[in-house]
Amino acid sequence: MPVELDSGHTAWLLVSSALVLLMTPGLALFYGGMTKSKGILNMMMMSFSSIGIVSLLWVFYGFSLAFGKTNGFFGDITQYAFMTQDLTGAWSELVPVPTFVFAVFQMMFAIITVALISGVLADRGKFAGWIIYAVLWATIVYFPVANWVWGGGWIFELGAFDFAGGTAVHINAGAAALGLAIILRKRNGWPSGAYKPHNVPTVALGAGLLWFGWFGFNAGSEGAADAIAGVAFLNTQVATAAAIIGWLVVEWLRDGKPTLLGASSGAIAGLVAITPACAFVEPIGAIGLGIVTGAICALAVGLKYKLGFDDSLDVVGVHMVGGLIGALSIGLIATQKFYGEAGPQGLFYGGGAGQLGKQAIAAFAVLAYSLVVSIILGFAIDKTIGMTVTAEAESQGVDQTEHAESAYDFSAPTGGGAFAMAGIAPSGSTPAQSDGESTPVSEKVAG
Amino acid sequence: MKLVTAVIKPYQLDAVKEALHALGVAGLTVSEVQGYGRQKGHTEVYRGAEYTVEFLPKIRVEVLTDEIDVEKVVDAVVTAARTGKIGDGKVWVTTVDDVIRVRTGERGLDAL
Repeated sequence: MPVELDSGHTAWLLVSSALVLLMTPGLALFYGGMTKSKGILNMMMMSFSSIGIVSLLWVFYGFSLAFGKTNGFFGDITQYAFMTQDLTGAWSELVPVPTFVFAVFQMMFAIITVALISGVLADRGKFAGWIIYAVLWATIVYFPVANWVWGGGWIFELGAFDFAGGTAVHINAGAAALGLAIILRKRNGWPSGAYKPHNVPTVALGAGLLWFGWFGFNAGSEGAADAIAGVAFLNTQVATAAAIIGWLVVEWLRDGKPTLLGASSGAIAGLVAITPACAFVEPIGAIGLGIVTGAICALAVGLKYKLGFDDSLDVVGVHMVGGLIGALSIGLIATQKFYGEAGPQGLFYGGGAGQLGKQAIAAFAVLAYSLVVSIILGFAIDKTIGMTVTAEAESQGVDQTEHAESAYDFSAPTGGGAFAMAGIAPSGSTPAQSDGESTPVSEKVAG
Repeated sequence: MKLVTAVIKPYQLDAVKEALHALGVAGLTVSEVQGYGRQKGHTEVYRGAEYTVEFLPKIRVEVLTDEIDVEKVVDAVVTAARTGKIGDGKVWVTTVDDVIRVRTGERGLDAL
């Protein structure tokens, strides 16, 4: 007998889908503010191109690979190919919304997961290489891993839990970024050069949009507008709040001053960590998780200097580390109190160590798989079309060299004024030199 | 004729401008510059990584004046720019051979 559609649940999932989509432009701003002023557009383009590419792949074969009939590792690629079938019927008994709606909700997850990786390419991403990487990584890594975790694949069968994507999204993307950081060219002069964020308010705005969208990500992952969605929503809020505090305490003690960049980063770390656990923990557990994650991630972002890889915007330190903490936390602080017996019971709630073991197997399997494939893809693309631009192009500014576009009008030392009115080319602006080719273009535009 | 050049704290520009205006100075040129003196730069910490900001933003004010008024102009700038804290800047005076008003071609004191 077909499952009857529920309009309330459908409405919530439609809204959640839009919320999760908004996270990717939010991420573009979050990352973009941390680049140099001559690299923000390239950074944001990697997020926007992820929306462009992954949305289509999802319709072509992504949804099939992730949620088609599984062999344990990936779904039947022909099942929903090109979504030509009538998918207006309910997805499942637990998620009584049209399959189309479930598919579009999950599409948004695939988009942001790919976009998350791009932070490792700051100020030097070669756009053509990124496009190829995004297509291949989504196909070879994200779609199958989503199947392992949510599509009935081996992790699902194992009994490891990932409510909204700590493993499938954050560990996955963080490990991919780690792979690229290991093999790709570091930024010019790293680690001694000046890499301070060029616009911290933009970072904070991006963090705010991510936070807002994350309610759809986490509470939407219940697939229904019910009490568990409410638990997930509340936990998302308090874990994130606590992580801001955790991060700032570390900064205050270690660096002497708390920063807005730290508060924004702490919020994201908290959102990442609560993601897998949000439906399974008590609010007090979520708060503890948030504080611990904020503090650990604040320390973890310094590791790249010790280990010598240029994880430019700390995709590893925030997403992989935060994702691991969240995934493992289920083995410790998950409770069946709200979720019921279908959910996990952690060690601290008398559930034994078994769950922790399952969580670790799932987390590290995804980490290893994504890392290895990313290294191979990154290496192959870098040797052919290139994943990063030349050192010279980086110093000129990747916005100019890759996109022939600039984020800000720095046409005079005074940031505009008389020099800009006269159309005089940059003298003191950040892009090292405006060469003979780009100047006439700007004059044409101005004239 | 003299050229008075002052490098001052950005926040003192309004005070300096008012002081010069009160003296009846007819025009001045202002530019944004960066530099350091005894104040040196400062450090900023982003995600635990420390960055030294070596060059601080300053404003350079340039005023052309005749030799009679030069001391008054210098005094006005120095008094208005002073906060008493390190980093207040410097003022120096140079001799100018000639000045030409572009519109009329007037030279020397007439062009001031």
